[in-house]
Amino acid sequence: MRYAETGFNLEIDLSRGNIERVETDPRDTELYLGGLGTNTKILWDRVPPEVDAFSPDNLLIFAAGLLCGTPATGCNRTIITTISPQTKLMAFSMMGGFWAPELKYAGYDKVILRGKSPDLVYIWIKDDKVEIRDAAHLQGKGAIETAELIQRELKEPKAQVAAIGLAGENRVYFASIEQGRSSASRGGIGAVMGDKGVKAIVVRGTKDVSVARPAEFLELCNEVLEYIKFRNENPVEGVMAILTGLGSPQEMKVHDEKWHTENFMWGNSRLRRKDFWNEEIAKEWMETMETMRTRLISCYNCPMTCGATITPPGKPTYMMKCFTKLTYTMAAMSDLEFGLGIAQSATEYGVDGFSAPQVMAFALELLEEGILTDKDFPGMPEDNEGRFYYLLEKIVKREGIGDVLANGTYWAAKEIGKGAEKFAHNTIKKHEQLPLKLSMLNPIYFLMYATGEKINITQIEGQFPQAPFPTREKREAFVKDWFQVPDEKFKQYFLDWELRGDNSIPFYPTSQMCCDIVDWQERMHYIDDALGMCAGLSSFPLKPPYHIHNYPKFISAGAGIDMDEEKLTQAAKRYRTLVRAINIRRGMRRKDDAPPANHWKKRFPELEKELLDTYYRYKGWNDQGIPTPASLKELGLDYVAEDFEKRGIYNDNGDTPPEETAAEKEV
Amino acid sequence: MAEKKKKIVKTIKVDADKCNGCRACEVICSAFHAAPKYSSNNPARSRIKVNRHPLKDIYVPVFAGEYTSSECAGRDKYVIDGKEYDECAFCRASCPSRDDFKEPDSGLPLKCDVCEGEDEPMCVKWCLVDALTYEEREEEVEEEESPEEMEIGLEALANEYGLDKIMETVARMSMAKKGEAA
Repeated sequence: MRYAETGFNLEIDLSRGNIERVETDPRDTELYLGGLGTNTKILWDRVPPEVDAFSPDNLLIFAAGLLCGTPATGCNRTIITTISPQTKLMAFSMMGGFWAPELKYAGYDKVILRGKSPDLVYIWIKDDKVEIRDAAHLQGKGAIETAELIQRELKEPKAQVAAIGLAGENRVYFASIEQGRSSASRGGIGAVMGDKGVKAIVVRGTKDVSVARPAEFLELCNEVLEYIKFRNENPVEGVMAILTGLGSPQEMKVHDEKWHTENFMWGNSRLRRKDFWNEEIAKEWMETMETMRTRLISCYNCPMTCGATITPPGKPTYMMKCFTKLTYTMAAMSDLEFGLGIAQSATEYGVDGFSAPQVMAFALELLEEGILTDKDFPGMPEDNEGRFYYLLEKIVKREGIGDVLANGTYWAAKEIGKGAEKFAHNTIKKHEQLPLKLSMLNPIYFLMYATGEKINITQIEGQFPQAPFPTREKREAFVKDWFQVPDEKFKQYFLDWELRGDNSIPFYPTSQMCCDIVDWQERMHYIDDALGMCAGLSSFPLKPPYHIHNYPKFISAGAGIDMDEEKLTQAAKRYRTLVRAINIRRGMRRKDDAPPANHWKKRFPELEKELLDTYYRYKGWNDQGIPTPASLKELGLDYVAEDFEKRGIYNDNGDTPPEETAAEKEV
Repeated sequence: MAEKKKKIVKTIKVDADKCNGCRACEVICSAFHAAPKYSSNNPARSRIKVNRHPLKDIYVPVFAGEYTSSECAGRDKYVIDGKEYDECAFCRASCPSRDDFKEPDSGLPLKCDVCEGEDEPMCVKWCLVDALTYEEREEEVEEEESPEEMEIGLEALANEYGLDKIMETVARMSMAKKGEAA
């Protein structure tokens, strides 16, 4: 008997139209947990580095986390793993919503797609019955529209639909997979789904999901619920409003956007508007939100209401959450009404809310600079907002300049040439980042930006306060009930952290402390991604209800796997190292572990070198960031070391860059 | 004539405006009623469900009421605040017209028992947004003679086979019994 997980994957070969239900090895669950962990193992085993994102041999894996479908509050994430067309590395974007638990109730832990369907299809999973169905009539339909149409044609209003829009069909490198109120949008995984000819995966399940030790498991769930109530009534003091509570940053509730609008950059991550926010704008934006927002909503089995249904005037209703609220507004130098309006179109087309606005602002900057000309934008309106709608459509249809822009700023700049490269200035590992440009190097953030292989700062930060508190009293008050720390030393790190003087950034926390802090923060994200837990109740906010001390109990009582903190830490380290191994095998080296060059004004090359050296050693990686044979052996990843030896990877000093061509061109 | 009696009515008050559509109620209801308790969960077995249509802003938590052997004829639509609801959206019956409130494998009807034995129903406890609250109100009701178990069973049989058929069968059975005795 398998607990929490079903013990079965669906293997679907799209080229041959073959569907198999395959039993999985319970030992893999012990070693790699589930979700991201076991996805990574499959990707390592079955997708060698020669396989391009758009090769039929690339896999697209939809996984429900290990504890999805159990009563564990907020455990609802789908982890989607494949090779990204944009970064050419492993992508593991995730989405909340309702899809993953439904897959568990249907009797599967993962859906593994391989091959390519000659025609556009969708996959319909209802318990034991799985069909590949024609989707010709859904071609070009919006992602949300598609979900509605499929539910209607199947007469299954309770089916959960993960679908792509036009951007995915046209293999836009920042295409998302949308699922009602959530989307998996980073890394261009929607493009891989489109390349495989799959418009949607639809699932409905009516089976039981069991837990190993019911009474104990429920007790743990109740403790979490009680702590959520406590945290809702006791916000963290001394941090900015969106970091005080639990959940995803509460962008649908918060009206005061002074911090985002004055500290994040506008346009192509260029302009800081320090005096932007005023009473008039505050009033106008609040009215916009209040009139467009119908309801605050949640993902499956979660009380946090991080999302909202939004109805822009004259447009259909859609759902959103978090910072997409402002990315279009700020990229287009416009207002909230515009931002919420164009986000509706962007959601239907299915594009990433971080990359898409930046790519469009980048294009307009190139036009302004004369690198692109009016001839590249035939029929483009004069006004900025009209231009954004124009560009969005060109990109998702891959028409004209849109075909170039659809590959993201890095590849577009390379193709355009004429100095365009320096305008693609806000990427890490070829992937667009949040529009932030700051002054003084922060050593913790330096390491996170440089080495985070989810390539997204929000997917590695959390747990440790972003900045020191001004007084010792406030710091002492903060650490008093900070029981989530894996070790008491973290409290001391924080207590001694000052705004100014010897114990301030960039030289404090010391390199060694930074390693501890970054490793802890990253570990919690990786555990979440294997269990299917939302970062909003765990790795992202300060003082969350799930942490390193109760997670082993959840896994033991839920999945029936004997687990303790050490074993869990080791498991997370195992598949985190395996993620790196996949990327190393794909050519990633030390030179790629870098934040955008202009992320901070004040840089410290020697300190940065020391930070990276120390962190690599801490992680068991050599000076190129390659996991050493000894560290691999310790994790039971001997097979990785053997593969590295065979491929001569340890002889690579990182000086020879792998050949760079956009995946699109290689097909 | 039935006499008037004071009676505690236990019920779940539903504030649909507060529902966030998360379905935690379905999770915990099905877990509570699993055997052994909490050993599994399955929203398809839940005795409460959220009729949700997010894009139409429809969120109606409904907890299971009586079983009905036949569906309504000519179902209505309701428009409330510009939103169109199917009449079934509010209906608590386990009914042949739909899969709700039935065991998914056997099709046997399910009914809310307000989690007999607990301080409050589990769905209420797990609804942190307070869309569900537990109410005990004292009501004066006309106490009807509650039918006995056998009567309920016989009525179901009568619905299916007709009273005549039952009487015939009873007569035949009693004849047979007499025969045995003799």
